[in-house]
Amino acid sequence: MIPPAGPILAVRGLAKSFTLHLHGGAQLPVVTGVSFELFPGECVVLGGPSGAGKSSILKMIYGNYLAGAGEILIRHEGAPVNIAAADPQTILAVRRRTMGYVSQFLRVIPRVPTLDLIAEPALAVGLSRAEAMARATALLTLVNLPERLWHLPPSTFSGGEQQRVNIARGFAGNHNFLILDEPTASLDAANRDAVISLINARKADGAAFLGIFHDQDVRDRLADRIIDVSTFAPAAKKAA
Amino acid sequence: MTKPLLIADGLTKRYGAVTACDKVSFSLDEGEVLAIVGESGSGKSTLLNMLACRLAPDMGEVRYRMRDAETRNLAGLSEAERRLLMRTDWGFVHQDAAQGLRMNVSAGGNIGERLMAVGGRNYGGIRQAAADWLSRVEIDTARMDHKPTTYSGGMRQRLQIARNLVTSPRLVFMDEPTGGLDVSVQARLLDLIRGLVADMGLAVVLVTHDLAVARLLSHRILVMKNGHVIETGLTDRVLDDPQAPYTQLLVSSVLAA
Amino acid sequence: MTTAYNFAYLDEQTKRMIRRAILKAIAIPGYQVPFASREMPMPYGWGTGGVQVTAAILGPNDVLKVIDQGADDTTNAVSIRAFFARTADIAVTTKTSEATIIQTRHRIPEEPLTANQVLVYQVPIPEPLRFLEPRETETRTMHALSEYGLMHVKLYEDIARHGHIATAYAYPVEVAGRYVMDPSPIPKFDNPKISGSAALQLFGAGREKRIYAVPPHTAVVSLDFEDHPFERNKFDHPCALCNATDSYLDEVVTDDRGGRMYVCSDTDYCEDRRAHGHRGAQLAEAPAGSALGQKPNIEAAE
Repeated sequence: MIPPAGPILAVRGLAKSFTLHLHGGAQLPVVTGVSFELFPGECVVLGGPSGAGKSSILKMIYGNYLAGAGEILIRHEGAPVNIAAADPQTILAVRRRTMGYVSQFLRVIPRVPTLDLIAEPALAVGLSRAEAMARATALLTLVNLPERLWHLPPSTFSGGEQQRVNIARGFAGNHNFLILDEPTASLDAANRDAVISLINARKADGAAFLGIFHDQDVRDRLADRIIDVSTFAPAAKKAA
Repeated sequence: MTKPLLIADGLTKRYGAVTACDKVSFSLDEGEVLAIVGESGSGKSTLLNMLACRLAPDMGEVRYRMRDAETRNLAGLSEAERRLLMRTDWGFVHQDAAQGLRMNVSAGGNIGERLMAVGGRNYGGIRQAAADWLSRVEIDTARMDHKPTTYSGGMRQRLQIARNLVTSPRLVFMDEPTGGLDVSVQARLLDLIRGLVADMGLAVVLVTHDLAVARLLSHRILVMKNGHVIETGLTDRVLDDPQAPYTQLLVSSVLAA
Repeated sequence: MTTAYNFAYLDEQTKRMIRRAILKAIAIPGYQVPFASREMPMPYGWGTGGVQVTAAILGPNDVLKVIDQGADDTTNAVSIRAFFARTADIAVTTKTSEATIIQTRHRIPEEPLTANQVLVYQVPIPEPLRFLEPRETETRTMHALSEYGLMHVKLYEDIARHGHIATAYAYPVEVAGRYVMDPSPIPKFDNPKISGSAALQLFGAGREKRIYAVPPHTAVVSLDFEDHPFERNKFDHPCALCNATDSYLDEVVTDDRGGRMYVCSDTDYCEDRRAHGHRGAQLAEAPAGSALGQKPNIEAAE
């Protein structure tokens, strides 16, 4: 159980291994024994070399990858939900209200104008169209996206512009818990600053962040704690 | 928590020695989009037809929460009740629009039919509703009095959707709704379906062999092979981290193409 | 009477079978009752359904009138009248008021019918839903479940295409609040006469093997929209022969220079009015064929 004042996320004994049925059922162990907690108002960064399983952990927490073992407890509307065992409907409800995900790449429906894309998560949590649009406008202003782009679909935008659309969309649901998978990778210094201040402002409001940032500067400015994922490597466990 | 809208319980259909559908069970909530994917012959169309009361199962039953909130076994409905349900609270979008439209009736008449079937007797009102729906599915209202025979494939499909949605159904069955259309036309139709599903809070059972369509439209996925459910779960989970050997094959085949 | 024929041509068993169908049809107003239609000594389309119904209800004391498009003197009407005069040796008439059975194709007499009369319609296509739904299995289900939205789709299409309900004959009606019925190809002008009539109305479709009925004093409503209500045909002229303003008029071409006149389609009604001193504008110049007050045979112009 997560007490009311306790962590928003508690990961316990989480493990992941891929079974490659198309390659003779080969086992590809990724991580094992992943355990940590994340508290409201905190930003925790997963560290470790590439291939250590950072991204897989984020995806298991989001419910995108199936957890091989262990628990992923998220405090959702006052009660803990174990994502590792929850049914799809519950995971979708948690995603709608509590847990957001900002990936490195913008993956959206073609042809839809940027403002509508940003407003969509806000509408999904029950805001009126006017409120959702107001929130979308505010977010696009915060991430410095030029106003002339707001009514265009983002498919023709530059990498940096698309990434800022992605961030604005990720923040539009006002989730208490956001997963950030390299969201600042292709931003210039000024825009990186804007995103960092956005994250810090939401942190001050009590939102919790769990992320991967390869940029040392960003990591230093955001991370309250860094968890070294290489300690969860199956081989390391075996050696220990 | 509200009860499921639709419950499939042990649905089984055999054709001689061939089991087209073997003890399939699942439930669907209001506003939820479920994709049934699989290759041809996997039993997905048989399952869809049993769900939509177009085919009687050999075993098992389908239960539905009616508009009065009572959940009823569909096999126990009278034919009148079943047909009323089909043309008010349900929709069925066929892959071939000609099957779902009256090709010798104007677009306006096609959309208006359900309204007239439930007692709509005001011509002006029916026409206004038809015009509203044509705009919602992005068809020029100047084409309202034209027959669907003069429409392109994409327009026919959008008209078919409008004809189904005019009574604000809660559940729509879709059988390969974008099949046979050009890729550009497909994208536009998918956007439209996605928007309407979200706006109207529709529950959808979608049969498709196109995993991209399933990813774009559905919340949950049911992978079928030889009449069996091979794997089921959250759509992005099944597509990004498939567990069953067959699902891994299906997913990797698409990416390789 | 030629003794080689049973009374009214059909054998007694067949007549009983048809009467049973008629009784069922009367019991379920507007419902199409299947019956084992017999081959008649005339082609389909000449009124084989009506003739079988008439044969089944005809008694030796009946007086028969047969009209085709309102006229007593067209080939079809004359032949059928002669058929029964020969096979049943019954009295025939052209006077509406004298007849006990009136077999009709495409019209209802102008003179209100009485409780002592039966009107027998010849029906080519009994199924009103066939226009949009060709499957008989489906139309039967639609009747059974009162699913009549499709009928309004037809009227909707009319208005969308013509700006008004352009269906001018075989205009669909709802009988006694239940079954939707094709009143046979009578002009919609006649539809109001079906409703509440004191006479029994029977409909026979020979090729399609269906009998249906409207019992006396039954409410029959023409389908319509609130904002496009049912309207009777209106005529700009009175009858050129009898000056009637309340009858259904036929347009008659009088010469090859565009000359035309509008005259009552119900010849008996027109004749009767003239006998009572009513005179139309063109009575004097009427062509020779109508010197006796008969309407020229317009069958060929159909």
